[in-house]
Amino acid sequence: MATVARFEIGFTRFLDAEGEATQELPAFVLDPANLIPLYRAMQLTRAFDTKAIALQRTGKIGTFASALGQEAIGVGVAGAMRKEDVLVPSYRDHAAQFVRGVTMTESLLYWGGDESGSNFSVPREDFPICVPIGTQVCHAAGVAYAFKLRKEPRVATCFLGDGATSKGDFYEALNFAAVWRAPLVVVINNNQWAISVPREHQSATPTLAQKAIAAGIEGVQVDGNDVIAVHDAARKAIDKARAGGGPSLIEAISYRLGDHTTADDATRYRDPDVVQQQWANEPIRRLRNYLARIGAWDQEKEERLLKECTEQINAAVEAYLAIPPPATTAMFDHLYATLPATLQEQREAAQWFASRDGGGSHG
Amino acid sequence: MAELNLVEAINRALDWEMAHDPSVVVLGEDVGVNGGVFRATVGLQERFGPERVLDTPLAETAIVGTAIGMAAQGLKPVAEIQFSGFIYPAMDHIWNHAGRLRNRTRGRLSCPLVVRSPCGAGIHAPEHHSESPEALFAHLPGVRVVIPSSPSRAYGLLLAAIRDPDPVIFLEPTRLYRLFKQEVADDGEALPLDVCFTLRAGTDVTLVSWGAMLNETQAAAEALAQEGVMAEVIDVATLKPLDMTTILESVARTGRCVIVHEATRTGGFGAEIAANLAEHGLYSLLAPVQRVTAWDVVVPLSRLEHQYMPSVERIVAAVRKTLEGA
Repeated sequence: MATVARFEIGFTRFLDAEGEATQELPAFVLDPANLIPLYRAMQLTRAFDTKAIALQRTGKIGTFASALGQEAIGVGVAGAMRKEDVLVPSYRDHAAQFVRGVTMTESLLYWGGDESGSNFSVPREDFPICVPIGTQVCHAAGVAYAFKLRKEPRVATCFLGDGATSKGDFYEALNFAAVWRAPLVVVINNNQWAISVPREHQSATPTLAQKAIAAGIEGVQVDGNDVIAVHDAARKAIDKARAGGGPSLIEAISYRLGDHTTADDATRYRDPDVVQQQWANEPIRRLRNYLARIGAWDQEKEERLLKECTEQINAAVEAYLAIPPPATTAMFDHLYATLPATLQEQREAAQWFASRDGGGSHG
Repeated sequence: MAELNLVEAINRALDWEMAHDPSVVVLGEDVGVNGGVFRATVGLQERFGPERVLDTPLAETAIVGTAIGMAAQGLKPVAEIQFSGFIYPAMDHIWNHAGRLRNRTRGRLSCPLVVRSPCGAGIHAPEHHSESPEALFAHLPGVRVVIPSSPSRAYGLLLAAIRDPDPVIFLEPTRLYRLFKQEVADDGEALPLDVCFTLRAGTDVTLVSWGAMLNETQAAAEALAQEGVMAEVIDVATLKPLDMTTILESVARTGRCVIVHEATRTGGFGAEIAANLAEHGLYSLLAPVQRVTAWDVVVPLSRLEHQYMPSVERIVAAVRKTLEGA
């Protein structure tokens, strides 16, 4: 038997769990000014998560999906994107969205039950978060194809979870993008859990990065708790895509330290002691240790940053709480570019009932 | 003016719009070099190149899913699903994304997408090649559902569908592809969406149908005319959103209505029209509304397909029933 093809999957980590460099660091790290924005963005996301969960518990927003422990993935990837690129996120990607310019008020508005929260004022072409698992990878491949067709030097970047790699959409999209050599970067946030189903029940393959091989594209694995490794891999993949080198797949290994969402209770299916042990690997402490070691960070800076985060978040919450509920007619007015005549009657009826009793009593 | 059959009219409409709007792209299985299994896209790749006429990998989910991404970026993709029996893997994308993207971003992103797919029985096709899934799509908010019944309407409605800023499911009855020819101007003139077309004026009964079944419905109207029963024939053409005004106005004059469709009966789109007649036109009815549909069975293979599809005789019998006691 002759070997007709051979593959390998590389794994990259620059900082270990204590923030010690494990190998020579990439050039962009040498200037701490490139790392501090990543650190700030991770801290802001974590503080936002804490606040959002509190808002859910007090009935101020609906179900919320926290990114606790996975902040480095969104921040590292979005920080490598250009403004004109397009992000196609899943529902746990507010870390990336905030870096892209989505506001915390918009995010709260979405989770608080108003579609206007997805009408981003800044990244106008970024997709809203995607709830049906893995479907967004197809959309991202289509966005990437549009860039290629118009010969625009732009890249579509897409996130999905480890569970989503079991969906056909994921593989179909990689396959299409590979055949088209479209500028697409797909990032798996492998946080080890799809609600209650652990990674080993999701796929028998030793890595998820190797799913790229079936599509004929490059797949790499990085330590998703090392923002330097994530950012470095994302820069390489995005640069390659922009230069016409086609799509790439990045598997970023992390751990979901929180529940799946505020509607979930992870103690039903996983050992809290194991979760506790995983806190040793989390990304924020790791980068802080590194920055402190090179003299770029100290307690005073830390306290000032946390205070700034709290102020920003409080301002975002205040702005969110001040937004009145949408008009009844909003659910009709964006369904089509022009409301079909047949819907006019329903729109008026909805408006009439809402004007009488605020939308009607239920239950 | 050229004499075209329906599939040629589809081809001319695609060619016209691709020539006049560089954002239009065609994608699907075998649509390029082969020109589509029914030849609807023949010549397009030669004229507009493989970057605008894409032979995709064989995966319906991603054909529609990637088309949604293209549409959100301002392209106008026309995706072909080779047979509507294979459209179900793409349902997730049509239902969860195409029809919702504008609403869920409050108009920031939109989805000017057309999904074309052949539909219907009557051509001795293999299993899963004879489906009539229009009611599934008509149930979805945010999409339009269009079914042409002749070459000229196929031409004008497809142009309108491509130019429409929202997603359109465009179902093409395979039985009509080469059944007859018609003068088609090929002048880029679109027909209006969201309206029914009255094909034949009459005073005694309103026959409402769409797609290939208008063939039998018009034959039934002709047979009834021989007996002195004057049937009005309405081609619904756009099922969603439904123009009930035209149907109600007709039934107000005739007092009788028979709805004819090739899809199965339960939850079929005829039920929607009948319900609307009950809500808004009950007092003008002189007889109960009748539905002539396929039986509630799986589309049979070719030896029985003609007993599955409504026939002229069944339509005439339903009309007679509405005339009982008149």
